[in-house]
Amino acid sequence: MSKYETVIGLEVHVELHTKSKIFCGCSTTFGVAPNIQTCPICLGHPGVLPVLNREAVNFAIKAAMALNCEIATHSKFDRKNYFYPDCPKAYQISQFDQPIGENGWLDIEVDGARKRIGITRLHLEEDAGKLTHDGDATLVDFNRVGMPLVEIVSEPDLRSPAEAKAYLEKIKSIIQYTGVSDVKLEEGSLRCDANISLRLFGQDEFGTKTELKNLNSFRNVERALQYEEVRQAKDLDDGKRIIQQTLRWNEETNEVKVMRSKEQAHDYRYFPEPDLVSLVISDEWKEEIRSSIPELPDSRKARYIKDWGLSSYDADQLTGTRNVADYFEQTVQAGADAKMAANWITGDLMGYLNSNNVEIHQSKITPTLLAGMTDLLQKGTISSKIAKTVFKEMIETGKEAAKIVEEKGLVQISDEGAIRSEVVKVIQANPQSIDDFKNGKDRALGFLVGQVMKATKGKANPQMVNEMIREELSKL
Amino acid sequence: MSLLRESLQEVHNRLAKKEITSVDLVTESLKRIGEVDGDVRAFLLVDEEGALKRAKELDEKYSKEGTRGILASLPVGIKDNICTEGLTTTCGSQLLSNYQPVYNATVVEKLHNADAISIGKMNMDEFAMGSSNENSSFYPVHNPWDLSTVPGGSSGGSAAAVAAGEVYFALGSDTGGSIRQPAAFTGTVGLKPTYGLISRYGLVAFASSLDQIGPLTKNVEDSAYVLQAIAGHDQYDSTSANVEVPDYLSALTGDVKGLRVGVPKEMMGEGIDPKVKALIQRSLSTLESLGATIEEVSLPHSEYAVATYYLIAPAEASSNLARFDGVRYGVRKYGENLIDLYHETRSQGFGPEVKRRIMLGTYALSSGYYDAYYKKAQQVRTLIAQDFEQLFAKYDVIIGPTTPTTAFKLNERIDDPMTMYANDMCTIPANLAGLPGISVPCGLSDGLPVGLQIIGKPFAEATLLRVAHAFEQATDRLPEPKLGGGRA
Amino acid sequence: MAITKTEVEHVANLARLTLTEKETEQFTDQLNRILQMAEKLNELDTTGIEPTSHVLPMANVMREDEVRPSLPLEKVLLNAPDQKDGLVRVPAVFEG
Repeated sequence: MSKYETVIGLEVHVELHTKSKIFCGCSTTFGVAPNIQTCPICLGHPGVLPVLNREAVNFAIKAAMALNCEIATHSKFDRKNYFYPDCPKAYQISQFDQPIGENGWLDIEVDGARKRIGITRLHLEEDAGKLTHDGDATLVDFNRVGMPLVEIVSEPDLRSPAEAKAYLEKIKSIIQYTGVSDVKLEEGSLRCDANISLRLFGQDEFGTKTELKNLNSFRNVERALQYEEVRQAKDLDDGKRIIQQTLRWNEETNEVKVMRSKEQAHDYRYFPEPDLVSLVISDEWKEEIRSSIPELPDSRKARYIKDWGLSSYDADQLTGTRNVADYFEQTVQAGADAKMAANWITGDLMGYLNSNNVEIHQSKITPTLLAGMTDLLQKGTISSKIAKTVFKEMIETGKEAAKIVEEKGLVQISDEGAIRSEVVKVIQANPQSIDDFKNGKDRALGFLVGQVMKATKGKANPQMVNEMIREELSKL
Repeated sequence: MSLLRESLQEVHNRLAKKEITSVDLVTESLKRIGEVDGDVRAFLLVDEEGALKRAKELDEKYSKEGTRGILASLPVGIKDNICTEGLTTTCGSQLLSNYQPVYNATVVEKLHNADAISIGKMNMDEFAMGSSNENSSFYPVHNPWDLSTVPGGSSGGSAAAVAAGEVYFALGSDTGGSIRQPAAFTGTVGLKPTYGLISRYGLVAFASSLDQIGPLTKNVEDSAYVLQAIAGHDQYDSTSANVEVPDYLSALTGDVKGLRVGVPKEMMGEGIDPKVKALIQRSLSTLESLGATIEEVSLPHSEYAVATYYLIAPAEASSNLARFDGVRYGVRKYGENLIDLYHETRSQGFGPEVKRRIMLGTYALSSGYYDAYYKKAQQVRTLIAQDFEQLFAKYDVIIGPTTPTTAFKLNERIDDPMTMYANDMCTIPANLAGLPGISVPCGLSDGLPVGLQIIGKPFAEATLLRVAHAFEQATDRLPEPKLGGGRA
Repeated sequence: MAITKTEVEHVANLARLTLTEKETEQFTDQLNRILQMAEKLNELDTTGIEPTSHVLPMANVMREDEVRPSLPLEKVLLNAPDQKDGLVRVPAVFEG
């Protein structure tokens, strides 16, 4: 084991899913042609002024509350000054000393151990434009300028790349529950920068950190941090000093490249944005937002385990996204047995959705339909084998399970006389199996059961078949 | 007398009686510009074609429908830091010499809705930084009273054009005195409204927390008419006040009986030219004879106002002017790479005063100096505002000179920023406190106009106009400037 | 505090200005004189005084989340010194 302790802090940017931009009325639709969602305001033309979008503030407060932050009563905006072609005004409207939220936390679980990670602050700001390279030139698309963002800064509480990944996944899940963002890394609505340093175990002060940028997937976050962990440890072992610098992860080469050193660090010259007035967030406003926050994944997971006896693993699977959790709860509410519903949802249903790229709320099997099927299963009307057939039909057609069972005559045969006559027929037709059974080969029993099921097209109650074969064989 | 010397009300009556047409007025204005602007140089752009076209449209329109508003058909000038769609807006800067706004400022929309005709864009100190108009990167404006003197700044083009009878009125902007000081130097009426009364949307920002648009007019009544048309809340400006706009015309009663006037001793002290001081004293006597009470008062922190202003305004400017980087608009200059593009565009595009203020502002905001300079200045700003608040508990208006001296000679102070900055000592406090101020002519000193400044409570423009109007009625009207003195 | 020539050069770089040798000297001198004037503010004890960023006592000015029309592309690019395929073109960015 390494003699160094890894210290990681993450800066996460989440794009808020408002209809219009934060300071102007341009649409926020993703993926449109370049520069068609721009106006004099977001293009930073001379003379324009920003006007704050109320919904962006609501969403930021909601996100901050979901991350257990204290919500500011007085907040304001500041200008962060820097020159870059993606920043039209040459300053970004952000928040410096009075962020929307501070002192929050979230819990992560790595290898079964739970750990609380501090959140320093959450603030509201505007997004920058998008640059693409074109030979010796750079092309600028300003559509993204002015999309509302929250920046969520963690405490340096993370101790491994795995913890960093778990933290990021947790943020994604919580924000997704609140509905303020679609948190898609691939569309850039969730972005992450990381600070990492190493120190000897037992040492109080932090080592010199480096900042990693361009971590555009969960995998890259973990891999880049692992790379940097190893690189810093080697440098320290070699007696080299770690240089404070900003590094860019290159996912093709799996290496980092220096973007700028501390000497080139920006002096952002923050000062209060004179074009916007301050925010006063009243208790009523806070309460209104608090009451709109749904139950979050941790709480749901604990409830599923406690109330319904689900395994931690299944509860995790079900609470990963709000849609799945809601679906699960609605299924239980519609009368399904919780464990049975959990098995079907995490198994067949998710399998189908994943391979067909369908969202759970778009599935043809509604929670009520699923509950209808588990009901038949539980009452013994259909066997679990038949249930698989019924499920396949349901997901394609959206028909009720009972109707499918009726139409296709799939009702389980539980009539003793009917099953016994099939059992007798099968035993008579397979004398070799009788000998095998008597010679203690259990496989023979399975074979005979299979033959009866085949003869009844799977409709016979398997438990009854099993019992009757034993009875009949023992009579011989 | 030229039509352009008449008041808005007089010329409006002629239009109503169909004695003249919109085309007549525009033609008259263009003729005057042709005659005098070679000397005055108040215009950066004259939109002859657009103005005539608009005049014809309006004549057509009003031949059908009857009543026209008071501003309808009048040729007016717009300071060149106010965005006009389709009319180049340069801010007096080489960097924006090709800039075509893609939208109209709110005030321009309002003037257009009132059927006023923009006849051109007015010369100004580059990005409104200056008190003499010598910082225009195109050419300086000359004072119609004496062409060898400055018209003041930064709205020098607007003030000079009104003084020279080229337009009926003009819009200016005032960050530290840029409407009132040129009004004083050119014998016109200049009003800087309360911060927030007029939308800043479309005004190219110099110092966002201080900037206000306002009218430059020939007389106080005209000022009230223009203010009426451009004041009011704007959803595109978050700092625009949501207040009811009163009827400013009905405030012009001529009655100032019982008016309590405070005269700050700091504005009547050493730095003020004795001849200017004498004219202010005479004006105060006039007001007294009209029934006002005059008392000497103190604004104890006003001596810090210039220093406070020259930290806050450049700091905000350094950020506001950062967008002029040659990426999306303006005159781009290339170098080896992108950083060079920024440096070349800005170094070649900005003039010396703009660079000086950007440097000062950048320094005041930079790491390690913010508290000592910017924050300190914002705190002193609070003290200056509190001084006024205390005085307004006892007084209705604060009166003093608009400027310490009359118009100075061109090139006299250009290499001396400190003396130039001191010229703003009487006007800056109202900007720092966000208060309304008006400069109204109060006589001539050695043939050059002197301005009387009246400062009021927030949103008390009606009071300012009433006092200024009563004073104007009780005072001899200035003669017309002769455009003499020869170009320096 | 006096501002040095090196600081002037640093500040110029922050502001993306290139100064000539003469300008650097001139600005060092002039900025020092202005800052000397600013020193006057230190005569005042401002402990506990709230800084004024806004003269108006206003808060919570917000708009509803409604989409308004954007500019047509030809207006977006009307002033662009250089463009390609609807995008604004600049020399390659210097980092990342």
